[in-house]
Amino acid sequence: MHGFANPKRFLTLASLLTPLLLVGGLLVSAAALYWGLFHVPPDRLMGETVRILFLHVPAAWLGMGGWSAIAIASLVFLVWRHPLAALAARAAAVPGLVFTVICLATGSIWGRPTWGTWWVWDGRLTSMLVLAFLYLAYIALAQAAEREGVSARIPAIFGLLGAINIPIINRSVVWWNSLHQPPSITMGKSAIDGEFLAPLLVAVLGFSLVFGGVVLARMRALLADIQAEARLRRRAMESA
Amino acid sequence: MMREALDQWDFVVAAYAVGIVGTLAMVAWAWIDMKRAEKRRAESRRK
Repeated sequence: MHGFANPKRFLTLASLLTPLLLVGGLLVSAAALYWGLFHVPPDRLMGETVRILFLHVPAAWLGMGGWSAIAIASLVFLVWRHPLAALAARAAAVPGLVFTVICLATGSIWGRPTWGTWWVWDGRLTSMLVLAFLYLAYIALAQAAEREGVSARIPAIFGLLGAINIPIINRSVVWWNSLHQPPSITMGKSAIDGEFLAPLLVAVLGFSLVFGGVVLARMRALLADIQAEARLRRRAMESA
Repeated sequence: MMREALDQWDFVVAAYAVGIVGTLAMVAWAWIDMKRAEKRRAESRRK
């Protein structure tokens, strides 16, 4: 793992993987959504709105997965001081926020015909909204730290502390009364019929590949910006 | 009893529009920003 902390080796691998993950992920996601939209029967209770879950569930998974990635990368940065780990944490923030917002929006659209309301202030929805605000705060903090030349340890500590919200989101439907249904998929078990589960898992795979591709693209952009900035600064000092 | 006449497909289409447009916009932005940054780095090498 330490070998990939070398920026040159990382760039060689990322140049190959970025288009593969993005194109492959978009194709797999499109196939899963087409499957869910046109080949899955309506659900006995939810009717046609069950099709929204093929978008909502991967978005929820990646919203939480994005912050888990930030926390793990922040820990690696704090312990081993790998600069690429700090970049990886920053790179996961925007896609994590986008998927959290998609999760909240599609959940709200699903809730209107199913629950009869766009929004309720229950544990699951509120903790997911808190996650969106944590992402916004993290992005602002990481940008401010870079602009002011402050140590990247501050956003890394915030990334670790914010991870407290992930088990709260996960267990919220068990701890508190909620309109949201309890977990349908747990370790090795699923309450979802195979006809719905198969396209759902393909959608989770497809969107996860897209997420991976976007994180690599963001890491390459951040790394290129840092290297260009350092070179221009060095030149300016030499000519002064 | 009053009953709302909701067409469920309207909600499905709205949710898919939000999800697909959001995902494609994010992918396009990440790709364009990466290319811009890498071009800037290449130019800084030449200068």
